[in-house]
Amino acid sequence: MVLKIFFPQCCNRADSGLLVGRWLSGHDSAVVLAVIHYPFIPGQVKQYIQQIQARSGVELSVLGSWSLPKEGQEGMESFLRDLSTIFPQKRWLQINRELGKTGFNCQVLSRDQNGRVIPREIKKKADKIDGDDGEKKGKKKTKKEEEKEKEEEKEKEEEKEKEEEKEKEKEKEKEEEKEKEEDEEEKVIFVHYEQRKVMLSQLHPIENGLSDPTTDPTSELRQMFRSVALSQPLFFLDRYDDGPLKSTHWQSEGREASIIVELLKHSTLPLCVLIRWLLSIWTWICNIRVFSLSPLRFLSSKLSTCVQLSYRTEHMRTLSSQKPAAGHTEFMRKANMVVSVLLDVALGMLLMWWLYKDNHISMLANTLVPAADHVAKELEELLQWLMGAPAGLKMNRALDQVLGRFFLYHIHLWISYIHLMSPFIEGILWYGGLSACFGLTFALSLLSDMVALLTFHIYCFYVYGARLYCLKIYGLSSLWRLFRGKKWNVLRQRVDSCSYDLDQLFIGTLLFTVLLFLLPTTALYYLVFTLLRLVVVLFQGVLHLSVDFINSFPLFAVALRITRSYRLAEGVKFKVLCEEPGTALHLLMEINPLKSSTVVQLYRTPTYSCYPKDSWAALAKKLFVGELIYPWRHKTTKTD
Amino acid sequence: MMEDETFTDISGKAISLSCQDHSSLCKEFVVSVPKVSIGKVMVYTCCVWLLAYVVFFFTENTAVLSSAIFITLVGMMLHIHFVKVDHETLLFIGSLGIQLSSSYASGRETTTFIEMGKIKDIVINEAIYMHQIIYYLCVLLKDPSEPNAVARVVPLFQSSKPRLNCLVKVYKSCQEILSKC
Repeated sequence: MVLKIFFPQCCNRADSGLLVGRWLSGHDSAVVLAVIHYPFIPGQVKQYIQQIQARSGVELSVLGSWSLPKEGQEGMESFLRDLSTIFPQKRWLQINRELGKTGFNCQVLSRDQNGRVIPREIKKKADKIDGDDGEKKGKKKTKKEEEKEKEEEKEKEEEKEKEEEKEKEKEKEKEEEKEKEEDEEEKVIFVHYEQRKVMLSQLHPIENGLSDPTTDPTSELRQMFRSVALSQPLFFLDRYDDGPLKSTHWQSEGREASIIVELLKHSTLPLCVLIRWLLSIWTWICNIRVFSLSPLRFLSSKLSTCVQLSYRTEHMRTLSSQKPAAGHTEFMRKANMVVSVLLDVALGMLLMWWLYKDNHISMLANTLVPAADHVAKELEELLQWLMGAPAGLKMNRALDQVLGRFFLYHIHLWISYIHLMSPFIEGILWYGGLSACFGLTFALSLLSDMVALLTFHIYCFYVYGARLYCLKIYGLSSLWRLFRGKKWNVLRQRVDSCSYDLDQLFIGTLLFTVLLFLLPTTALYYLVFTLLRLVVVLFQGVLHLSVDFINSFPLFAVALRITRSYRLAEGVKFKVLCEEPGTALHLLMEINPLKSSTVVQLYRTPTYSCYPKDSWAALAKKLFVGELIYPWRHKTTKTD
Repeated sequence: MMEDETFTDISGKAISLSCQDHSSLCKEFVVSVPKVSIGKVMVYTCCVWLLAYVVFFFTENTAVLSSAIFITLVGMMLHIHFVKVDHETLLFIGSLGIQLSSSYASGRETTTFIEMGKIKDIVINEAIYMHQIIYYLCVLLKDPSEPNAVARVVPLFQSSKPRLNCLVKVYKSCQEILSKC
């Protein structure tokens, strides 16, 4: 197996000491977390590690020793090996770095049951073999010498003239052996990582924090990220701390604090209490029985302002809860909500400032009534056109006149209603504009509701037209079945054959003909009013979309992705670092940030429009059959 | 330890494969696609501009010409940023995983890393592509629930599409490393 050592970049130049880290279960890899420097008292180190382990929940251990020799520190080898008896471990890493070289050397000592130390793999350059470097090497050397002696004897016996060539051969053999050694040696991979980034980053897809890492066959990288993230207490010690132990790991430049942040932190608590109190009052008001009566309830479910209100209440309830966020997902959800609420309110304030600055409200109110009048007039003209011969089509005159007059009367009613309302419109707008202080979304929903109310006549026309058209279509289809001698079996939900009387057939055929010839007139009215209705629905749809966008856009996550791209990691990427022949492979591990589109997809706050909407085909079918379409979703359609 | 060889891709264009041995456990394969030829750019630009000029001749609206320039510029930018792959790299690190990265002509780089624990094998596969049958190298991923099943197939060198002789070369060195660990 190949040993992988995850080594923090900040420890590259650390003074000699002990490597503290963790062996990853199920994998042949070790994560180095910190280096504890000489001099230390072993007892204290053990105690410290136990303390940290209790606090972080990560199985910490002393992995081995780290040495970066300075002047006058020679012959530490035996001392380092002795350390392994003080801290008994299954495997003992001895990593050392030589000055002026970029690569590390690593020696792994494994321990059998008796506690004897066996050097397993030796990574050293051949020209730097020490006397007390390990038994295996020694043995190898003796074998080599024996071989050499034998060869020399043979050579002596045979030929004495070609000594130079022999020497060359020997050198060759030596080189081959060296290469062999290298092949055996190259079993350690150093993966350098930036401790701070790995500690703060969140590897996606997010794993449940509850699952036990020891039983789970989780991936190596996930375990590594997890153990670095969990051992935050280890990194808490900064370089200004005067403790019994000195250690190197990622360190903050001393702890910092800003007065404003601290004040904000302290002010959130009473703010949360206040919000909770307000929310409790609000829920009490909502639960009054008057509001649960059927017409009011129906209305409130259809008015987008009420829907928006309920969403915001839900959001505020989540935000003001006293429990801290359990995991990364929940934290991000909360943060996104806070940012979206703040942005919403800020935009709303901006809108309010614009509305009330130059008395734009009264201007709007003054243009609104003439606009409604204008729309009504245009509609009247349209109806007059339809009552004649629209686009050269010859309609059924009687039905055309009846329908036209009916709609004209409706428009007349509508105009009088608007004129009755006109003195109050400015007041309504003025007070409605105040709702923008709750946020832009409220103002937009209110606008959507107002549009819905002001275009009520269009809606009415549409419903009449659609109902008539629907009736005709259904009548035609059932009569067509009669025509063919079939009928719709309601109980079995299928078309059965049926024998009709002669009278039935006669009446049916007659009705079919009448309906067929009257269809174009109704279809025309239906078409025109459906187009009008679609324009209104489109406008409302745009408003709803923008409200939904503000509600659900994960602004915090996107900002995090842009400014601190390592926080949301999709994975990692490796770079090959140093290529000194003979040293172990050194890789640099960098964090691969999540794609922006994935960030938006993952972290958007779920709202009503996240449900799959009607497809275009379904919408077209609905329009053709004459079913009513709404900008909001029906409860019944949601289920199927 | 660099060796450069020229191969061809499935449509007969020359591509170059360079293998780099970082150690016995780590190998890097870079397949480079030839750069965009200036002739091609000229042809496309001329086509768009001539078309725009014809439209301008009939409509006498200068907005057509300026929009043609705009379309060419934006099209070129989008092409080099999202479509034109400069080189694709496969970094095979024994016992750690496989890293696939493709860098686009604009310098954008997309990287994915597949851990060794997820990899079942690396194989050469056949596929029907338009009217021909091509070979491609792919990584088979393990299904965590079933040890013998293949969960997903990740094709390698998707945009350069080298021919079989090049794939065999990469495949052999990959198998060599796979067998070691």
